[in-house]
Amino acid sequence: MSDKKWNLRLYIAGQTPKSMVALANLRRICEQHMDGRYTIEIIDLMANPRLARQDQIVAIPTLVREIPSPLKRIIGDLSNTERVLVGLDVVPREA
Amino acid sequence: MESLQTSHPPGTPPAGIDKALTGIAGFDEITRGGLPTGRPTLVCGGPGCGKTLFAMQFLVAGATRFDEPGVFMSFEERTDELAKNVASLGFDLYDLMGRQRLAMDTVVIDRSEIEESGEYDLEGLFLRLDFAIQSVGAKRVVLDTIESLFSGFQNEAILRSELRRLFHFLKDRGVTVVITGEQGEGLLTRQGLEEYVSDCVILLDHRINDQVSTRRLRIIKYRGSAHGTNEYPFIIDEHGLEVMPVTGLHLRHPASRERISSGVERLDTMLGGQGFFRGSSVLVSGTAGTGKSSLAAHFADATCRRGEQCLYIAMEESPEQILRNMRSIGLDLERWAKNGLLRFIASRPTLFGLEMHLATIFRAVQQVSPSVVIVDPISNLSTIGSLTETMSTLLRLVDSLKAKQITALFTSLTSTGDEENETHLGVSSLMDTWISLRNLEHNGERNRGIYVLKSRGMNHSNQIREFLLTSQGVRLEDVYLGKEGVLTGSARLAQEARERADSTQQREELAALQRRLDRKKAALEAQVSLLQAEFEAEAEEVRKRNLEADRREQDLMADRQAMAAVRLADRNSSEKEP
Repeated sequence: MSDKKWNLRLYIAGQTPKSMVALANLRRICEQHMDGRYTIEIIDLMANPRLARQDQIVAIPTLVREIPSPLKRIIGDLSNTERVLVGLDVVPREA
Repeated sequence: MESLQTSHPPGTPPAGIDKALTGIAGFDEITRGGLPTGRPTLVCGGPGCGKTLFAMQFLVAGATRFDEPGVFMSFEERTDELAKNVASLGFDLYDLMGRQRLAMDTVVIDRSEIEESGEYDLEGLFLRLDFAIQSVGAKRVVLDTIESLFSGFQNEAILRSELRRLFHFLKDRGVTVVITGEQGEGLLTRQGLEEYVSDCVILLDHRINDQVSTRRLRIIKYRGSAHGTNEYPFIIDEHGLEVMPVTGLHLRHPASRERISSGVERLDTMLGGQGFFRGSSVLVSGTAGTGKSSLAAHFADATCRRGEQCLYIAMEESPEQILRNMRSIGLDLERWAKNGLLRFIASRPTLFGLEMHLATIFRAVQQVSPSVVIVDPISNLSTIGSLTETMSTLLRLVDSLKAKQITALFTSLTSTGDEENETHLGVSSLMDTWISLRNLEHNGERNRGIYVLKSRGMNHSNQIREFLLTSQGVRLEDVYLGKEGVLTGSARLAQEARERADSTQQREELAALQRRLDRKKAALEAQVSLLQAEFEAEAEEVRKRNLEADRREQDLMADRQAMAAVRLADRNSSEKEP
């Protein structure tokens, strides 16, 4: 459990309030639950719109969990911590 | 707006709102120019109704013909699937993408890999769309089917407000948009997309009646534009989607003065001496066995003799059967069939829907580009559809052939006793020339009669001719017209012989009468001279008597004077004496 790693990408479109909230929420959750075993890449689609298509992004903000696989997307400002943890597979999914 | 209906040529949008041509045959006519430019159009219908194809044709036409590149954003099928599907229609999507005429993007939303946590928007979608539009300079956008978003995301409130924003976004970009939507129960679309699209809504329908599938298109709404409100049949085949306008919108057929032979010399004579007008439509109606097909075959033969192409659409007999039958009346059509001047299309109308039939004919006409089309018989079409359907199919056929200056001959089977009444098909008004073949029954014999019911623009004969099918082909004979009525066949021959005999007798009788009259005249003259002689004799007598009387008077006077001289009486005594 302790050697588990997370490679995360957060897709935003400009510095919108929602994106900022999402980023803040993400940092907080990661520090609390993954403690140094994660990487966060922030991709601003405003700067690189081509990636929206390539990575199949529709909703903003979208957090993509690349590792651990399978790929998982968590959309929204990540204000619901429970759901983020489920989505990131930090705590086992409830039945 | 209404006056535009007849005066406006197809293809160019009328004044009013700007329109973008879809390139879909027939659709641009009924909408008078296509879809509203810079606005969204909702195309909805059940599964398999042709929504995606409609949208794709709109895009490809824009990219290839109207210099309007497009973006196809799919929410269902992947690009390679779409490309494969439309490749059979001759659309090469990869080529268009390579030439920057088309951008494609497939939005994949896998519900199972998505977790929702808090507020979000669909800015990603907007960015993708914007990127695609800019990459090719798109003027046209297709969203197929955007409703899929509703199954991908849970928060409907967000979705609805984002959809509203999306349509504003698209209008801002000035692109002409086609949004497809799946038909829902009691609604045009499952998610009520019509709420967002207020400019133009088109409903496609696919239904099956009597095991024959028919497709219909209806314009439910078209803001700022007049449009047909009818249901228009359309077909989907290897050439894509094609809408059939129910009526020809424009009566602007060129009218040729050129005349072409019907293939039967005496029929040409009946038709003002020169036959049919080129580009006119001819109806040959008649009951069974009156020789409609034979007349049609003669026309085909005459066409091929002139070295022109003839397309023969056989709905009743196979081409082989026709060739064989016509040989029996001395017509060798086989040589024309062999050298390609005569082409046959044989199909039973009941196999396909009316639209499919019409399309088959149109295609054949396009391929062969004939100068004459023969449909034998059109009455078989009425076995497929309702009266109005058949009527409109024929109308479209006649119109399109006329527009191409193709002379068309249609045969029509009428039921016995219904020769004059063609209204069950109601096609007579569409026809320029109507030749009626009928059976004339007399003296236990059945003969064929032919007459020209009408023929526009020419001084045609109003007489009935006898129509003979001989081993040398069709021959027309004068019928006997006399006090006994119209006689044909052996009755005509007998009557003609009788008439000849009658006239000899009459001549003889007349001569006898003349002789009698001459005699009478002689007798009369004799009598007159006799009377005159009598009269003259009497007059002579009277004259003689008058002379005698005068003489006697003189004698008396002389006697008296003599007597007075004797008595020596003086004048006075003689006066006083009595």
